[in-house]
This record gives sequence, structure tokens and C-alpha cells, in this order.
Amino acid sequence: MSTVIQGEDAVWEIVIGMEVHAQVTAESKLFSGAATAFGAEPNSQVSFIDAGMPGMLPTLNRVAVQQAVRTGLGLNAQVNHVSVFARKNYFYPDLPTGYQISQYEHPIIGEGAIEIDLPDGKVKTIGITRLHLEQDAGKSIHDMHPTKSYIDLNRAGCALMEIVSEPDIRGPDEATAYLSKLRMILQYLGTCNGNMEEGSMRADVNLSLRKLGDEKFGTRAEIKNVNSIKAVQQAIEYEAARQLEILENGGEVVQETRLWDPVKMETRSMRSKEDAHDYRYFPDPDLLPLELESEWVNSLKETLPELPDQKKHRFMEEYGLSLYDSSVLIAERSRADYYEKAANGQDPKLVANWLLNELLGALNKENTLLDDSKVSAEQLGELVGLIDDNTISGKIAKDVFAIMVETGKSPSDIVEEKGLKQVTDTGAIETLIDQVIAENPDNVAAYRGGKDKLFGFFVGQVMKKSQGKANPAMVNQILKKKL
Amino acid sequence: MNERKGQDNMDRKTVKKVARLARLELNDTQEERLVEQLGNIIGFVETLSEVDTNNVEPLASVVDNELRLREDKVVDGGQQDAVLKNAPETAEGYFVISKVVE
Repeated sequence: MSTVIQGEDAVWEIVIGMEVHAQVTAESKLFSGAATAFGAEPNSQVSFIDAGMPGMLPTLNRVAVQQAVRTGLGLNAQVNHVSVFARKNYFYPDLPTGYQISQYEHPIIGEGAIEIDLPDGKVKTIGITRLHLEQDAGKSIHDMHPTKSYIDLNRAGCALMEIVSEPDIRGPDEATAYLSKLRMILQYLGTCNGNMEEGSMRADVNLSLRKLGDEKFGTRAEIKNVNSIKAVQQAIEYEAARQLEILENGGEVVQETRLWDPVKMETRSMRSKEDAHDYRYFPDPDLLPLELESEWVNSLKETLPELPDQKKHRFMEEYGLSLYDSSVLIAERSRADYYEKAANGQDPKLVANWLLNELLGALNKENTLLDDSKVSAEQLGELVGLIDDNTISGKIAKDVFAIMVETGKSPSDIVEEKGLKQVTDTGAIETLIDQVIAENPDNVAAYRGGKDKLFGFFVGQVMKKSQGKANPAMVNQILKKKL
Repeated sequence: MNERKGQDNMDRKTVKKVARLARLELNDTQEERLVEQLGNIIGFVETLSEVDTNNVEPLASVVDNELRLREDKVVDGGQQDAVLKNAPETAEGYFVISKVVE
């Protein structure tokens, strides 16, 4: 695992802090009553507040505050009972007001920490510096016209949580593990859908190098537009190599904002951010300080759902699953919920196997999400139940499963329709075996003469005659007796 | 009140910088005049620094009110025409501007 990069004559540590912008799950925007749904007609979800019309006043969304507090609690962080909204001033075409309402000196959430799971099975704690609430900007679209940019303000004013980590992250693997865990926690809390493709979660990576063993941090560059887990990995690898080359040639890294270009696979300086450190923050005169009551915060604490790590440990204890299976199951909340529904009253390990090996594999092939699966959790559980009570064999189950994936029919209906019910009637199996013995006198003689390996041949013949429906254990048992 | 010359509190460089941040284009005469005017304003406001404010919490508002919170309901938007009405150029429901791309 690379937390370092090897130079000519020194090893350099890759030091990373991350800023993640997560869109708050809420019906309406942070300071206006316009809708937040993704994919609407351009500029159809814009209030005059979002459009920066003169004289419009912001009113804070209670649910956005609630979501920020719940997220803070999920990050084991301090909730600040007084926080202040401030204006961050800059000009950009998708920011109609000329300032973003954010929080600066007094964020709603202070220090916290989360645990990340590393590929080698180890756990590491990453400090959270703060979480604050702010408005999102609109969206600029550059590919609709050769010389023009198109602006859609639907996203302008949507509530964002900016979650800032301490520079505790080392190298690309830890960075992606951090992002995955953070995303998981937000999804579990239901405070952000974590959809990176739709831009509901975006990451900025602050990266610097220092000689391994040095105490002092090097000068960092901030990389923006790192919008997928894969991009985090690639951008870090590129940027670490770029800084290494500068440092090894005796140069100095410039503190600047750089843009990740996923097509050219490089980072480059963003000229528009030259004045980025001159935002001239000041408290927003349209908004009073936000004060939270302890009782309210405590009542939110009580409603927190089970978080990923708690669930992982419970799955291992309650269902006897391995660490690996548990980790895969809890990686998505909907997957964990699906599993628990399917495992209800069934053999939990068998259900985990069918879900992880068969269903997820089949869905993956079709590029379908578990949420859109034709096979419901109850149906998968039912299938496992049919195997468990010997109604069908494991082999037939795979055929039934293939039909389920295709049609969404219940397994018992399929078994009924196709007549796949396992034959467990001793008399019926004996008849089949007698036929096979009668048809293969030579092999019978050879087997009785000591060719033990032929036993498999007889089992195969009987199964074939039963069209796979005979209970294999019973076939084995009766065959042994008869031969 | 302290009568001070504007130039003591403000210089050309700062005026240029503030103008740039505010996206204002100034000629030499305007810059000189603003050095004087902004300097005078700062000099006037600086009187306040004579008050000892150590250990005093900043005052967020002079009204003794609490911040009012809104319920999370969609009660606004759905007015594409009105939103785009003042735009110099639009197309397919978008604002259209000169290309800005990094």
C-alpha cells in the first residue's frame, strides 16, 4: 500500500487532507422554497432568492440544519450550539448574488473522527476538522455551443455540507477508503445520497509531500473536480509525481488551486482562483446567528440509525458471517437492508452466499442496481428456504434463480410451473435406480469387481433420468445399498 | 473626530486590488479620487478603534430576535420565464453567456 512515493534518493510521504461537498437530502433549498430534485428542466427550480434578485431575503431550512446536526453526530463530532452564516464573496457566472452564503469562523459542527477500513484489513482513524453548511452554485454547461456557456440555476442555493478532514490521510488507498466510508455514513444517515455521478458528492484533495520522518508539512496544492473514487486515486498519483519532480529538482511547490482533468489525466493550475484567498468573508447581515437547543440535539441523537461499523459487527455476531462478507454487505445501506429482509427466518450464511455470489454477480452483468432488481429480498429468502427444506436441490436452484432474475417470478411458482420439485420419494428413486442398473449390466459388473470410481457414473445416470430433480443425498444412499 | 488626510489610510495599490476584486475598471483620475475618498471613510470609521472592545462578544444584530427557520416545503420555483426575463440572451431554458471554461 503506497502511503509514500520513492524519489531518487529519498522517500516522500504523501500527505492528504480532503474537503468533501455533500448535497444535503432535503425537499427544498437551504434558504429558499425552490425544489432540489435532480434532472429537472433548466431554471425551473429557481426562486428569486436563488436568482439574486434585489430585496430578496433568505430563510433557513430547518431540515437542512437537522441533517447537518445528524451528520455531525454520525461523524462523532462536536455540535456547536451557536454558528454564524457568512458571505464568501467572488464572481462567477453561476453565482448570481456575487457571494455564497457559507459558514466561516463559526461552523455548525466542530471536530470529530471516523474510522476507515484499509485494504490490508487494518483500521485507521481520520480526524474531521469541521462541517459547515453552505449554498451550492448553479451549473455551467460548456458543450452546448462553440462560443457560449449555458447557465442553469436549479442547483444554485441547494444546501451543501462541506466536510473538512485533518491532514491525516496518507496516499491514494487511504484517500479512497476515507471517501468510501464517509459516503457510506452519509447514506446510512440519509443526509446525502452520495451519488457522485450526479454531483451530489464532490471532493477536493489537498496534497503535499514531505520527506519521510519530517515533522513539518510541505506546501500543498488543492485539487478540484475530483468527482469519483477512481478520480481520487488517479489525481493523487498524478499530483504526487508532479510535486516529487519539482522537489527533487530543487524547486518549490506553489500553493495554488489546480483542476483535475479526467480526460487528459492531469492536474493544471486554475487561473480563475488567483484571488481565491481574498473572499472577504463577513457575517451575513440578512441572517442572525443559528442557535441550537441541547434538547433538540439530544432528540436527534436518539433517532440516529445503526451506522456502518456497528452493523458490520452485528452481522458478524448475529449471523455468523465473515468480516469480508459483512463488509461487502454493509457497503451499501440498501444492500444490508435487502440482506436482512432475505435472511429473515432463513439460513443466514446461505442467504449471504446467494446474495453476494449469485444475485450481485447477475445484476453486475446486466448493469442493474440492487434497488432495481426483479428478484425481491423475500423471493431470494424463499429460494434459500426451498433448498434448505429439500424442496429443490442446489443445482436446480440455480436454474430457478436464472428464471427469477429474468422474470421476477416467485421461486415456488417457478418450481410448481416447471415441475422442478425434488423427488424425495424413496419408491420413485428406487425405481429410477433399478432402471439404471438394468440398463448398464457391464458397468454394474465392473463396479462390483472393484471399479469404485464408477459410482459417480451411476449417480449421474440417475440424476439425468430424474431431470435433475432427484435428491442427490438420497440417490447416493440408495445406490450404495442396491449396488 | 480625527481629521486625517485620506492618503494616510489608503494607497493606490489597495484601490487597484479592491477594484479588481469588485471587477471595476478605473482610470488614473478615478483611482486618485478613490484613494482620497476611501481613505477618508476609513479614517472616519477608525474613530471606533479608540473604544476598548477586548472581551466583548461581537454583536450580530441589534434586534433581540432568534433566527427564524422555515419548514422544508417546496413553495417556490416553477417560474422559468420570470427567472430568465431579464437575461440578455437565453436558449432552451438556459441563460446564455460568453464562454467561460478552464
